[in-house]
Amino acid sequence: MKKDSIYLLIIVVVAVLAGFFIYPYGFGNKYLPWKLGLDLMGGTHLVYKIDLSSVEPQSQGSVLDGLRDVIEKRVNLFGVSEPQVFIAKSGDEYQLVVELAGIKDVNSAIKMIGETPYLEFKEVVQNQDKSEFIPTNLNGRYVTGARVEFNSTTGKPQVAISFNSEGAKIFEELTARNVGKPLAIFLDNNLIEMPVVQEKISGGNAVITGKFTLDEAKLLASRFNAGALPAPITLIDQFVVSSFLGIDSFKKSLFAGAIGTLLVVVFMILYYKKQGIFASLALLIYITLTLGIFKLFGVTMTLAGIAGFIITIGMAVDANILIFERMKEEIKKGLSMSGAVNEGFRRAWPSIRDSNVSTIITALILYSFTSSFVKGFALTLLIGVIVSMFSAITTTRLFLKVFNKT
Amino acid sequence: MLNIIGKRKIFLSFSAILVLIAIFAIGFFGLKYGIDFSGGALLKFYFKENQPSVYEVENVLNKIGIKDFKVIYDFKNNSFFVRLPHLSEDEHQKIISELKNQNSSFEELSFQSIGPSVSAELKKKSLIAIILVLFGISLYIAFAFRKVFQPVSSWKYGIVTLITLFHDVVIPAGFLAFLGKFYGIEIDSNFVVALLVVMGFSVHDTIVVFDRIRENLLNLRAKLDFEEIVNQSVNQTLARSINTSLTLIFVLIALYIWGPLSLKYFILTLLIGVTAGTYSSIFVASPLLVVWQKFSQKSKK
Repeated sequence: MKKDSIYLLIIVVVAVLAGFFIYPYGFGNKYLPWKLGLDLMGGTHLVYKIDLSSVEPQSQGSVLDGLRDVIEKRVNLFGVSEPQVFIAKSGDEYQLVVELAGIKDVNSAIKMIGETPYLEFKEVVQNQDKSEFIPTNLNGRYVTGARVEFNSTTGKPQVAISFNSEGAKIFEELTARNVGKPLAIFLDNNLIEMPVVQEKISGGNAVITGKFTLDEAKLLASRFNAGALPAPITLIDQFVVSSFLGIDSFKKSLFAGAIGTLLVVVFMILYYKKQGIFASLALLIYITLTLGIFKLFGVTMTLAGIAGFIITIGMAVDANILIFERMKEEIKKGLSMSGAVNEGFRRAWPSIRDSNVSTIITALILYSFTSSFVKGFALTLLIGVIVSMFSAITTTRLFLKVFNKT
Repeated sequence: MLNIIGKRKIFLSFSAILVLIAIFAIGFFGLKYGIDFSGGALLKFYFKENQPSVYEVENVLNKIGIKDFKVIYDFKNNSFFVRLPHLSEDEHQKIISELKNQNSSFEELSFQSIGPSVSAELKKKSLIAIILVLFGISLYIAFAFRKVFQPVSSWKYGIVTLITLFHDVVIPAGFLAFLGKFYGIEIDSNFVVALLVVMGFSVHDTIVVFDRIRENLLNLRAKLDFEEIVNQSVNQTLARSINTSLTLIFVLIALYIWGPLSLKYFILTLLIGVTAGTYSSIFVASPLLVVWQKFSQKSKK
């Protein structure tokens, strides 16, 4: 009996510690913050199809790595905390997945991920009082590097770009042809400036003066430096959740979970009286321990994951119900209370085990789904069911043994 | 003791009617595929003030040349859903800026766009999961009924369990077919997940009652006839069947009423399925077993 009290004390202490650990504001947060999914924080989930048709099979690996690096460089420009960029394989198709938490301007994010800055040089033909722009071959594809400079006369920031040899040749021809005439520079289809060419420029260096703020100039330079994509990508799947909706869903599911737990506790106490109180305490211990496990193993909590966990709260007391009903039968047969506790646990165990087998089978199969909603749900359901099997039995049994000995 | 087996005609007829209505609904209305399965885009938004009508929203979309869309207004949350065919990012932005032009209090809640290759993949995966779960649960049933007891041979328990499983899945599916027909509710991969989870729950509930029947058959065969033994077994397991389901139903109701909107139909499917599963494990499975037993006795004579 004394041993049981000690075991129970250990479980309670661990549960209280777990309670501090999972509390989102205290030391637990500093030590290891909760991982929340995009659907709870708000954010953007983008899936791109990678076209590898023009890549030789043996160099696919390096192309995929290179692609990931380039995209990561571009994504880092957003200043989003912990952006995720990874390659996923779906069927026999490679996909690039980008996850950005809490981003506002999705449109420009998508533009920056999918495209090199679209720089074009156009020749200008004066047509009465209108200028007409004639496209040339020179564009951002030939840019090898860029840096921010300050104009020596005005002190304003400007972007210096250098072309590769092919680009340099085109630029030389273009400037030679247009001495004394303006040359138009377009960036992402907007006219940036129309400087007049003073002389033929060789060596493949050009300066875009524009009217940049320092930040704009820096951003443009880094976009050029991030480079062109080694393989073309197309956006095939997109999921955007506003942070308003994310936080709202989060609050609602926590509230619903609390109400659900309360309903279960009230029901258990009304129906099973004293035993119900023990089962409810065991349930609260189960909740803190399981959340502690989720956090410890870095399970990303998504809406579906929370739903799966809340559902296990409704299932975790099942083991207790099975045991209590069995105990009632044993008492009817004439067994003493302590005899009934032992017999109830012993005889209920096979059905507790079996009752969870079918759910575990389903959860395991669902986890092999790659859809992230389903995975999050299946994982919390699986962990919850397994933990509940042991926690409901050991914890409730210890409570009954320690407090029911007389 | 409740005379559940004696009143089996009422209980079985009730189930049969529900199942027939569900099959009718699925057959005639069909299930509406969401963007998960058919590809396409779903835009959710709301207006903080001066909420426009659905008609006005439709006009805005028509004006900028968007085709084949459907606008649904969600009264409960004062928000709009627009279901669209696959949409380019530029079109998406055009819709947003145009709606914002009309009413500056426009706020986008979420946007999801799924290409045809992704939806085909999801459909394939759902199908594989369904087949695997059915296979896994059949194995589980075979394992649970591996010991043979007279007078009912073990494969009959298995068949009856599979029939109740069908009952528990077809009723929520039929309900969603109704919702699809009259409210435009679509099914997605969450729907498949909900049905599979219902299967996992309900198969076990039925097995518990059958286990008790076999146990009692061994002990009480000399004293009572088959019908009485079955009725007694159902009564003995009644409290635990109902209570274990009730606690689950409590949390599901809490999630349905207070939980997030995006889980609403996932939870509803689970709720209906679990309720049907509880009903079937008490009022369908054992009565069916008795009906079958009587029928085979008669045909022997």
